[in-house]
Amino acid sequence: MPGEVLIQADGVGKKFCRDLKRSLWYGVKDLGTELTGRTGAKDRLRKQEFWAVDDVSFEVRRGECLGLIGHNGAGKSTLLKMLNGLIKPDRGSITMRGRIGALIELGAGFNPILTGRENVYVNGSVLGMTKQEIDAKFDAIVEFAEIGEFINAPVQSYSSGMKVRLGFAVAAQLEPDVLLIDEVLAVGDVKFRTKCYNRLAEMQDRCAFILVSHQMSHISFICDKTLLLKRGQTLFHGKTAEGVQLYMKENTSGDDKPESCVIVDDPIRSVDFRVGSDELPVGAPLHLDVDLQAGMDIGEVYVRLIVHDSGHQSVAELNTQWLGVDHRISSGASTIPIAINSLRLKPGDYHVSVFVHGIEGLRTYVSAKNCCSFRVEGPMFPGSSDYVLEVAHAD
Amino acid sequence: MTQASPLPTQTPSAGPAAELPPSASPPGSTGSPEHPALHEVTYTPGSGLRQPGRLVGEMWGDLFASRGLAWRLIIRNLSAQFRGAALGWAWAFLPPVAAAGTFILLNATGVIASDPAIGMPYAVFAFVGTILWQSFVDAIQKPLAVVNASRSMLTKINFPREALLLAGIGEVLFNTTIRLLLLVAVLLAFQTPPAWTFPLALLGLGTLILTGTVIGVMLTPIGMLYKDVQQALTMLLGLLMFLTPVGWAVPDAGFRSYSAWINPAAAPLLNARSLLITGQADYLGQTLIMLGVAGVLTLLGWLLYRLAMPILIERIGS
Repeated sequence: MPGEVLIQADGVGKKFCRDLKRSLWYGVKDLGTELTGRTGAKDRLRKQEFWAVDDVSFEVRRGECLGLIGHNGAGKSTLLKMLNGLIKPDRGSITMRGRIGALIELGAGFNPILTGRENVYVNGSVLGMTKQEIDAKFDAIVEFAEIGEFINAPVQSYSSGMKVRLGFAVAAQLEPDVLLIDEVLAVGDVKFRTKCYNRLAEMQDRCAFILVSHQMSHISFICDKTLLLKRGQTLFHGKTAEGVQLYMKENTSGDDKPESCVIVDDPIRSVDFRVGSDELPVGAPLHLDVDLQAGMDIGEVYVRLIVHDSGHQSVAELNTQWLGVDHRISSGASTIPIAINSLRLKPGDYHVSVFVHGIEGLRTYVSAKNCCSFRVEGPMFPGSSDYVLEVAHAD
Repeated sequence: MTQASPLPTQTPSAGPAAELPPSASPPGSTGSPEHPALHEVTYTPGSGLRQPGRLVGEMWGDLFASRGLAWRLIIRNLSAQFRGAALGWAWAFLPPVAAAGTFILLNATGVIASDPAIGMPYAVFAFVGTILWQSFVDAIQKPLAVVNASRSMLTKINFPREALLLAGIGEVLFNTTIRLLLLVAVLLAFQTPPAWTFPLALLGLGTLILTGTVIGVMLTPIGMLYKDVQQALTMLLGLLMFLTPVGWAVPDAGFRSYSAWINPAAAPLLNARSLLITGQADYLGQTLIMLGVAGVLTLLGWLLYRLAMPILIERIGS
């Protein structure tokens, strides 16, 4: 039955306590409440408590994938634990239908001393598979994990990547109605990660998915909808493109700007950076002047400039040696002008790091990380985070 | 956003039944002939005790569903125990050998006087006592040990929690079997034939294991929150062995003559030892009472363990 609601959360809330000793004591008290069958004052916060998840409602149908995003501590994992039935909500209710698979930890129950083969059986049983099911799928598991002969070696001799592969391979054989995934795919090499996402895509129309990830590219690829949490509360619930955009905005706003780190080496006394304009339209030129004060003649130098996006990925690099331009630094003040004629970066916030190296002896005179920032602005497709590419129209 | 669902969503229920295969659907789930009814589970803040019928149903369902996993865990733990230690399974009987050695030494030096009424060589008396005692101690410590060793699994995966308890009991039974082999060796070495009533000694042994398990399960929830429990257990059980008629016979008068009434391990231990060697059924009445009490408490302990689990997982984190 495609389209039936498999996950339903209504006004779900969960309290957490900041203090460990107090938290354990609250645990004893909650135990008493549970055992006497009273409802207790679950709705009220006690001392040192806060709402880790606060009034969250959503539903996911078969064939849908909900991306759960937010900063660390926003309540994503807590919500996932409640959906998986590991902990009970303090408010609201959750209804889950069908067989539930949870990839919260791969390779659960692995014992390092035992062989891969033995551990596949343990892990499969923990995930709710019967011996017959595991027998039938054993070859598929070994093949998917790509560990070949190692299946008969103890798991402690595996690399961490192999353990994750084997863990995912077992979980990938589950045929759940509901699948909860918590960032487990952040590990492993790119090739295997791609394989995992392809496998998830295969399962997608039979399942209701919830994916927790900090990698917006994954969320954008897989999820139709996203739920953005901030301090336990729903900040946004709707189309993925908007949610991702909002998350990026949250991420880059205010104090989240990366700290700059400028180190100068003798005989450089000081360095300063001037950006021509910190708001540029797409394709506009970028001007950056590096002002230096040197105590003595240094001679010929070259400059490296690296542009990072808001996720600290380097997106462009320039080395003045490539341009065939010589720069010399002599005693006193000097300025190295850098000009990029047309910076074709998509709209967003960028940070620049600059390094000045001597040609002779490869000394680093200036290392300035995140020394200046600029924003590229351009046309966006309405309601999306996608930049509209200029397309040349053939006449 | 909220759609009308085919079932009321406020039905309080809880528990790790979520991973039952769809075939285990309770009556009341929706479904058409070509699509099997989906198992449905609802989580709410209310106590599981508010729907006792449903709770009991889920408990039995999960107990049934956990057999395969329990068996897998027993095999895993026993193979790891065998491979990970140079002496392997010998650790099942080394503690009672050491304890029996202590008693034999104390007896030889006259600290513990031999009572001719025991009707067997003192070494056999001490060995049988420590072997039985070790099963009791093992049964007390196992539930908390198994649960603590599975913390990361418990906080991340929803599997029938009963599997851990079953696996613990399985390991206790396995270790007990190994110790019974040691017992045979001891009887042969001291040329003491068992009495014809020896199979009946299983009653006392079983009562000891059940009593120990119940105590262990009851301590597990608090033991998961506070490490003090495990520390205190190790300390107290060492002391308790000397307060239990393991290496001494119960006198007719004085404080120690009440042992069988105040020490839960005393009556079944004395009963099993007498049936095994002398053919008398000492303390049979107390043993049967103990068995009955332990049986009832088993159900309560199981209920406590189950209701406590989500609350404990919340507090012990990831």
